Amino acid sequence: MTTYDHNDDTQTTTDSTAAAISGEAVTMPMQLAPPSAGIDSAERQGNAVEPESLPKVFNLEELQVYYGSHHAVRDVSMAVCANQITAFIGPSGCGKTTVLRCFNRMNDLIAGARVEGLLAYHGVDLYSAEVNPVEVRRRIGMVFQKPNPFPKSIYENVAYGPRIAGIKKKSELDDIVERSLVQAALWEEVKNRLKASALGMSGGQQQRLCIARAVAVSPEVILMDEPCSALDPIATSRIEDLMLELKSEFTIVIVTHNMQQAARVSDVTAFYSTEVNPDGDLRTGLLVEMAPTVDIFSNPSDELTEQYISGRFG
Amino acid sequence: MLLVLALILVTMIRQAWPAWSELGASYFFGTEWIPSQGKYGILPLVYGTLVVSLIALVFAVPISIGISLFVTEVAPEWLRRPVVTTVDLLAAVPSVVFGLWAFYNLLPGFQAVFNNIASAVSSIPVLNVVFGPSTGSSFMSAGLILALMITPIITSVTREVFLTVPENDKSGALALGATRWEMIRGVVFPHSFGGMTGAVMLGLGRAMGETVAVALVIGAVPQISLNLFGVGETMPAQIFRQLSEAGSTLRSALIGLGVVLLVLTILVNISARRAVVAVDRRFKGAP
Repeated sequence: MTTYDHNDDTQTTTDSTAAAISGEAVTMPMQLAPPSAGIDSAERQGNAVEPESLPKVFNLEELQVYYGSHHAVRDVSMAVCANQITAFIGPSGCGKTTVLRCFNRMNDLIAGARVEGLLAYHGVDLYSAEVNPVEVRRRIGMVFQKPNPFPKSIYENVAYGPRIAGIKKKSELDDIVERSLVQAALWEEVKNRLKASALGMSGGQQQRLCIARAVAVSPEVILMDEPCSALDPIATSRIEDLMLELKSEFTIVIVTHNMQQAARVSDVTAFYSTEVNPDGDLRTGLLVEMAPTVDIFSNPSDELTEQYISGRFG
Repeated sequence: MLLVLALILVTMIRQAWPAWSELGASYFFGTEWIPSQGKYGILPLVYGTLVVSLIALVFAVPISIGISLFVTEVAPEWLRRPVVTTVDLLAAVPSVVFGLWAFYNLLPGFQAVFNNIASAVSSIPVLNVVFGPSTGSSFMSAGLILALMITPIITSVTREVFLTVPENDKSGALALGATRWEMIRGVVFPHSFGGMTGAVMLGLGRAMGETVAVALVIGAVPQISLNLFGVGETMPAQIFRQLSEAGSTLRSALIGLGVVLLVLTILVNISARRAVVAVDRRFKGAP
């Protein structure tokens, strides 16, 4: 059992990640890896999959996030692998959403936010000066806590991303809208009212529309920030089913407060916690442990993780 | 409120009635307003009012929306307050002060600039009519002063409207790879369309009704002229100028002008409301 203890400086992330995901690797649908992954899919067919062959999408080393003078998250080192669902769990204020919002540089929009350390996407440091955050967000989509469809029609919501990416032809947009809504398991429900306002849909439908909107620009990664926290259990379970379908094509990172949800959908779970900051009363978040979900929930190696998942704090 | 409006309309129509019944159609459709010759055709004044207000909007609306977007979306935190305060201060300047300042300080400069433009386009058809020779006082001068006066109003209303756009929607657009401008076009504008129209209407109402500042810089010549750099006259300016020495017919005719002005502003407001509903439906999808 390999842990992702933040204190463990001797461990290199690269080696440990592959080992950490070995528990789940064989159950993953491999045949639909994105072409950009650069791995010959033939060599990953069958049961004899070597976990090392999973391409790493993100690689984080000693990531630090500051809001002004507040050290919000410290020393996060981890890897996120392609076509897996990686769940971030942990108590409030532990920095899981903050780290998630680093992945597509949404933290740029918060005044005073600053990121140090390495956050590499396919080996490219996302925070290097040459990287354009707009380009990053086209490759790495996001679904938010509260469903946030635009005050437009259902069609226009899904077509928004492709349009700003420069697609103008009606037939092409029609195809993308249909394909995306099918992927988000929404097509059958809305195909006869694509011109209707998105705001008239139920919360669960709105969230699936937001997923359709995100997949419409064909990203490689979809980040989900507590996507079900505003939904009822039925809508939640539909979104969870959807995630399991989508992971054949996309890499998904999900922040969730719901541990059962992490257990149900994720391949790998990262557990975050907080510590009292010696410099002030604000807390600093840190990554305690990252491991295959089965291991985190059945046999956590960190005492803090065990206390959290057994409900003794958080 | 409706009662007050009705009361104003009824009493003013009663006072305007003598002129209306005496002059009939020549009042509403006459193209000459020369009270000394007994000619009371209001079209030159209506024309002047509309032209001056439109010029004011053409300049004020983009500038106001630009300032509001800058303050709400672009400017760093420390710059926002000072910009807002400055614009709000501008709104507090009395219109007569604007008029006096423009009369003594801007008109000579306007005259030079207008004539330069006029000579530059003198050989281009259409433009040489619209931008003709100028003495300084003109439709354009009045429009520019009005633009300055209504910019603070439109700015502060549009700024409030932009602030109500949910942060969530903006993040949604940015997370799809929208640039800031694409996000503004795709999320902020559709969300704010009704409020922006309201802001423009507020500015337009102010521009159509503005009296003193316009009276000082427009030249006091009621005429329908395509030359925006030429002199003209508006309804409120004419009322203000003539009322103190008016005989009974002229007074009644001037009050009639007031009624026409009021009805025009009400019409503008109603059509704007309709436009908002229609455009909202197009942007946001059927309910």
